[in-house]
Amino acid sequence: MSLNIRVIPCLLLRDGGLVKTVRFDSSRYVGDPINAVRIFNDKEVDELVFLDIGATGREPNFELLADIASEAFMPFAYGGGVTSPEQAKRLFALGVEKVVLNTAAVHTPRLVSDVADIAGSSSVVGSIDVRRNWRSQYSVWISGGREDCRRDPVTWAQELERLGAGEILLGSINQDGTQSGYDLELIHSVSAAVSIPVVAVGGAGSLRHLREGVDHGASAVAAGSLFVFHGKHKAVLITYPERKDLEELFR
Amino acid sequence: MISVVDYGVANLGSMLNMLSRVGVEAERVGTREELDGASKIILPGIGAFDTGMSALTERGLVETLRKKVLQDRVPILGVCLGMQLLGIGSEEGELRGLGLMEAACQRLRPEGYGRLKVPHMGWGRIARRRSSPLLVELDEQSRFYFVHSYHVVCNDPEDVLAVSSYGSDFVSVVERGNIFGVQFHPEKSHRFGLALLRNFARI
Repeated sequence: MSLNIRVIPCLLLRDGGLVKTVRFDSSRYVGDPINAVRIFNDKEVDELVFLDIGATGREPNFELLADIASEAFMPFAYGGGVTSPEQAKRLFALGVEKVVLNTAAVHTPRLVSDVADIAGSSSVVGSIDVRRNWRSQYSVWISGGREDCRRDPVTWAQELERLGAGEILLGSINQDGTQSGYDLELIHSVSAAVSIPVVAVGGAGSLRHLREGVDHGASAVAAGSLFVFHGKHKAVLITYPERKDLEELFR
Repeated sequence: MISVVDYGVANLGSMLNMLSRVGVEAERVGTREELDGASKIILPGIGAFDTGMSALTERGLVETLRKKVLQDRVPILGVCLGMQLLGIGSEEGELRGLGLMEAACQRLRPEGYGRLKVPHMGWGRIARRRSSPLLVELDEQSRFYFVHSYHVVCNDPEDVLAVSSYGSDFVSVVERGNIFGVQFHPEKSHRFGLALLRNFARI
């Protein structure tokens, strides 16, 4: 079982640099993406996700992604600014394994199917950013958490699956950057409703949190802060758990 | 020199990058003429079985591949969908495969194992059935990255080089003479994939 649980650093790009946000806000520069990939190669991470939070409404930074692809000896997914099948095709040709669709999937649901037709469902990740309001109601937000779609995450996840997404990247805006744990209720409700893998992201601050995400139905667990910050003063330090610790964790 | 078949299915970038890291010369080949000059072939591939076979057929590569492998005995390594295409067909599609091996693909059915989902996406280990130059320096601790919904079933059990497990065992590495196939992605499997590609380069 242990090997089937992927533990994925989820790295945010902005203007060619790596950043980290808190609740999708106050982004802080944490380093150079290529350098990070090299470190993650050495640590033999399961997979990487890069999300360019400055790319919505713009083209992906193909040049940077080509550099990342040539350095990455693990599968990696990219999201940000992908609005056409042609762009997805170009990303696959560069060596990106999976294309992550979020805002564009809401605007143009067909895009999910079109990208799945190019490279298969397993190469399309439907990304859902969810905000919980003060009444604990969930809603899907797009455009980097700036626009409320007034849509139920469970229904949207099922629709993404039907459209051809091979997995769901399920992010909690409320938990992002807090390192206080995933939104377990959200993970549970979405992963119980779809048959494709759900990757949880947003809030993990410890190995125990990763385990909780899996126990609540996530097929894989992703995190940002956990792998780029160290200590209570949040010094930038790229880390990844030892293999044996992960195996112990998911035993 | 390794010729990596470029038939319009994505992801040659990472394969070429990994081969260059291995230190072996590699080139993309996309036409019959280019393929005809190959001394060692990698057939990559992701996506649907029929899409892959149609793409090979449209480019006129099927007969050349068969001739290179069956007559000229050029070593070939099929990767992921590329491995599945080596056989005679798949539950996933209608088209005939390359017919280089007596094998066909079936859908993964990990039902009854609760939460295991298809596609199988993730890292797995391999249990070898016999020794092979392809698996030198690889052991039970080696990990490989899998993304697939179908798996190869060999008619001749002798062709099975290693199996992996996802709910139940499936064939993850095949070898029949000069024909090799891996269900996982060596180009995305860190030093383990690097070692496997290096082994193939040395065969």
